[in-house]
Amino acid sequence: MNYYIGIDIGSTCAKTVVMDENKTILHRLLQPTGWSSVDTAQAIHEKLEALGVDFAQAKVVATGYGRISVPYADKCVTEITCHGRGTCFVYGSENLTVIDIGGQDTKLISVENGMVKDFIMNDKCSAGTGRFLEVMANTLGLRPEELCQLAASGGGISISSMCTVFAESEVISLIGRGEAKENIAYAVVDSIVKKVASQAGRLTLGKTVCLTGGLCEFDYLCESLSKKLGVSVNTNPDGRYAGAIGAALSAMNIRK
Amino acid sequence: MEYTLPEQFEEFADARKAGFLRVKGLKEQGHKVAGIFCTFTPTEILDAAGFVSVSLCGMSDETIPAAESHLPKNMCPLIKSSYGFALTDKCPYTYFSDLIVGETTCDGKKKMYEMLNDIKPTYILHLPQGYDSDPVTVWTAELRRFIQYLEEHFDVTITDDMLREAARKRNEQRRTHLKLMELQKQTPPPLGGMQMYATMEGVGFVFTHEERIAKLNALRESVEANADTSAFAGAKRIMVTGCPIGGVLGKTVKAIEQSGGVVVCFENCSGIKAAYQMVDTEAEDIVKAIAERYLQIGCSVMTPNKERMKMIPKFVEEFKVDGIVEVDLQACTPYCVETFKVKQLADQLNIPYLAVETDYSQSDSGQLATRMEAFLEML
Ligand code: SF4
Ligand code: SF4
Repeated sequence: MNYYIGIDIGSTCAKTVVMDENKTILHRLLQPTGWSSVDTAQAIHEKLEALGVDFAQAKVVATGYGRISVPYADKCVTEITCHGRGTCFVYGSENLTVIDIGGQDTKLISVENGMVKDFIMNDKCSAGTGRFLEVMANTLGLRPEELCQLAASGGGISISSMCTVFAESEVISLIGRGEAKENIAYAVVDSIVKKVASQAGRLTLGKTVCLTGGLCEFDYLCESLSKKLGVSVNTNPDGRYAGAIGAALSAMNIRK
Repeated sequence: MEYTLPEQFEEFADARKAGFLRVKGLKEQGHKVAGIFCTFTPTEILDAAGFVSVSLCGMSDETIPAAESHLPKNMCPLIKSSYGFALTDKCPYTYFSDLIVGETTCDGKKKMYEMLNDIKPTYILHLPQGYDSDPVTVWTAELRRFIQYLEEHFDVTITDDMLREAARKRNEQRRTHLKLMELQKQTPPPLGGMQMYATMEGVGFVFTHEERIAKLNALRESVEANADTSAFAGAKRIMVTGCPIGGVLGKTVKAIEQSGGVVVCFENCSGIKAAYQMVDTEAEDIVKAIAERYLQIGCSVMTPNKERMKMIPKFVEEFKVDGIVEVDLQACTPYCVETFKVKQLADQLNIPYLAVETDYSQSDSGQLATRMEAFLEML
């Protein structure tokens, strides 16, 4: 049996997917990236072996910002290409727009006929990314998912600064002013959604818009994004594995 | 005449010391040095006045912290770096220049020149900002005012014949340079963009006409004779457009060429943008002819920037470009705003387009590499 392994080492999480030649997903692994991508890659290797994956029969593609730190990868492919490919697989469509809110960057990828046609990635700035959410959640003493849940019942205020550092001090002064937590949470999500929507303005959105990355299971975020963009944004439990799935699919194209 | 070196000369690295000694040598031979910053600078006039013109555009972040003691943080790194070099006496050409020549191009440069004038005498040419308001008349008058200024302040006479001669020589340099760049039209191209850029930069620091022509020709001949075109066989052909990129080559051009692309055309200053328009040396009014030539430069400080919109399709076709990468410097309003129009143009041409904004730091090099790589995977 042959194994096709996709490893997506993101800034916060490492995602691994193992497929067989019928594109059936055999294993999914999720773990924090930690300080060293090299150690993470090693840990993944050990786990997969423990699961019975035979590396002699495997092709490995690494993606994500830590892709060069996987010594046993046969090939590196960027997360843009992998997310495009993987999302098509997850949603069974060849024409779609991917919104991937990652730890350090947010990407929008438009895919036509299964090929990446255009993409946008934020410049070095963490506005509208997972990191932004994490920092704000920390400030509020919440976990990111709690923040998103809470946001659903809030409203009425907004954060004006896009910069994480300034936004954090805005949040602190809102707390100091005694603003209700849910309203602040609402403002945080609203700020992310606005930032993503403004990036989306630079790309022609397809009919099917799919959210991938770690935040795709946060219903409220997805809802407000749909509202802001005026299209329904799809999510899928495999959304956070989209990059790894795309990498595993790329591994199938590697010639022996 | 005696020329003194800056106080901290002994602390400089060897390459920098050598630079200082070379320019000092030039001055001791009686040359006057003009520091310039822009492709719009009418070098013919400086040539006729007996100046050696050298680009002072700062390309490293070394002097940016010093510059930020006078300039805002959120500003084009080229402007900050250039000003920083002047402020810290670290650039031999700035240090030894008899005159700095600037133009009213972007706001940042305009305002920086005002401050530069406190460090070094800086002459400002008022460049018209577009084509709709009879720019030729305005720009010709500006050039005449500049000629007069040079004559009065540097005890020189600038005749029409001298200008014609200078224009002939500059045209020849442009043609020779163009020929070298046009080698990249071949499939596969004989040179990598990194190598091509290095040659373009090198030529800027060769000061006599004859030497420059000889160097360009020698380069072309050696490429023609030895090029190993297999190096870029199958590579995707990229046009780089946007701001001057000397300070960000590694993060952009090198990243492109490490990801399976090859830069065949630089539609930037110091690339083809400024090399293909010639002065009509037979024109009755040579000053006007020089003015007309410079107004054909497709830079985003012009409103609207029609020339660039004509130039991009022309070179996309001639160089058989597969993808366009626009590299803009952080906070460069003219170019960053114009990305929207260039993207529209690229869509019309059906050529993929990627725009990135960056500065002289290394903090975004990984992210930029990913974007370049993904762009090439997409082609
Ligand atoms: S980009 Fe425009 S303003 Fe800048 S050097 Fe070139 S011509 Fe001058
Ligand atoms: S890159 Fe842009 S902001 Fe910088 S000097 Fe040139 S035109 Fe001005």
